Amino acid sequence: MTMEAYRYEDGSISYPGHPRSLDGSEPVDTIDLSEYTAEVITWTTSTATPPGVRQPNTLVIVEFDLSEASEDASRSQIEGEDGETVRAIGQATTDDVETGDTVRPVHVDELREPGAGIREPDSQEWDGYRFEPV
Amino acid sequence: MERVAIIGASMTQFGQREEWVVDLLTEAALDCLEDAAVDASAVEHLYVSNMASGEFEGQSGVMNAVAHDIGAVPAYTQRVDQTSSSGGAGMYAAWQSVASGASEMTLLVGGEKMTHKTTGEATDVIASLTHPAEYKTGVTLPSFAGLTARHYLERFDAPRESLAKVAVKNHENGVDNPHAQFQKEIDVETVLESPIVADPLRLYDFCPITDGSAALLFCPESVAKEYADEYVVVAGIDGATDTHVVHEREDPTVMGGVVESGEGAYEMSGYGPDDVDVAELHDMFTILEFLQMEGLGFAEQGEAWKLVEEGYTERDTGELPINTSGGLKSKGHPLGASGVAQGVEIYEQLVGEAGPRQVDADVGLACNVGGFGNCVITTIMEAAR
Repeated sequence: MTMEAYRYEDGSISYPGHPRSLDGSEPVDTIDLSEYTAEVITWTTSTATPPGVRQPNTLVIVEFDLSEASEDASRSQIEGEDGETVRAIGQATTDDVETGDTVRPVHVDELREPGAGIREPDSQEWDGYRFEPV
Repeated sequence: MERVAIIGASMTQFGQREEWVVDLLTEAALDCLEDAAVDASAVEHLYVSNMASGEFEGQSGVMNAVAHDIGAVPAYTQRVDQTSSSGGAGMYAAWQSVASGASEMTLLVGGEKMTHKTTGEATDVIASLTHPAEYKTGVTLPSFAGLTARHYLERFDAPRESLAKVAVKNHENGVDNPHAQFQKEIDVETVLESPIVADPLRLYDFCPITDGSAALLFCPESVAKEYADEYVVVAGIDGATDTHVVHEREDPTVMGGVVESGEGAYEMSGYGPDDVDVAELHDMFTILEFLQMEGLGFAEQGEAWKLVEEGYTERDTGELPINTSGGLKSKGHPLGASGVAQGVEIYEQLVGEAGPRQVDADVGLACNVGGFGNCVITTIMEAAR
């Protein structure tokens, strides 16, 4: 499994990837963020969760510094350059998380129950990554 | 380009209503026509702002149903969906229809029926606007507010109480709005001791789930004089978007759609932030009032909380009264109606019909936010001179 960010022709990076960057450039490469650690920028614990979502649901926005590859970074299809960062949102593996914590992505087969909510189960993937403090 | 006037306004009682969406829309539409003393047969264009009647109620085609039920057939009609900013987007569509010369009488009505759903179900309908990478995490709009509020408070060293004061102010204003869902005052302690919904935000930092509808009647200014002595003119209006994926924004405390639409509306109107006498901001969550105050130039970045603490936005004593209607926080937030209801409040303030909520105002601004700043419409209105 990979946590795939896109690098675009204009040099920008996004997670998730899009057919074009915000400036309209085409994607040229991918970066597997699951091989990096990230810093928690902010977090919340949501108690009023929709159908099929764990309760409570602690969510974080994290920032990956792509110039700081983990030990597995050699597997990345492309390595980041100094100062390059990209953000992601995800569930935390614990409710005990703080701004500034370092976290790593951990794969989960099902982040919420497909079909329990309004979205058509076959319209998207439901596996993904939670963020675990390291 | 024709100057566009608003000659009538109405809103239904907001709250938990027995009626379903078409009946709510019809109620506001007929009240608005009566307010302006205009017959339904004069309506050339009918816009219906509504986010999710299909998802909430299994009722699509609401625009045609309303056209029939108010007696406006064969008027052109169109449903306008821009999620929570459907009402503002409807105002933009109505303005365009008149300014372009395509219509000489355009009725806008916005509404939603939500309270028959559980909080979880309603939250999920709204969260369905998110990107798949966001949706599968279980993120909700309140979660985005919690994430952003924490970042704002930590980054700008703002006290948690400052957000509570937004809720207290807007509830106080709502007491004088007979159509508001909540007409009761609260204090800071009540907010800070209410149940956590999305840490650090609590129950009273959030607007309720609401049924309701609101309407406005647009026509060329030259026509307005035939119907009304008192009317308002749409001086400036603009809409803009920000990223679909919220965490991709460069600065989590800046809503690009607010900034862009605000600049567009200011440029079109010739007014600036200092000229605005009263504003309705989209306080779906208390933190949004800070972000819009800053995005619209009423405060420097990271400083809005200080103005709220100083009483700058209070209705009776502040320099810039914000959310005199009670805002979404107290008045309620029937998605498709909210942007229209903001317009109704500004209209009533500018023509002097706001009763105990009345402030001294010649220029008013409404900012209607869809998603978590994903789509935004800013409208500036002025009293007719």
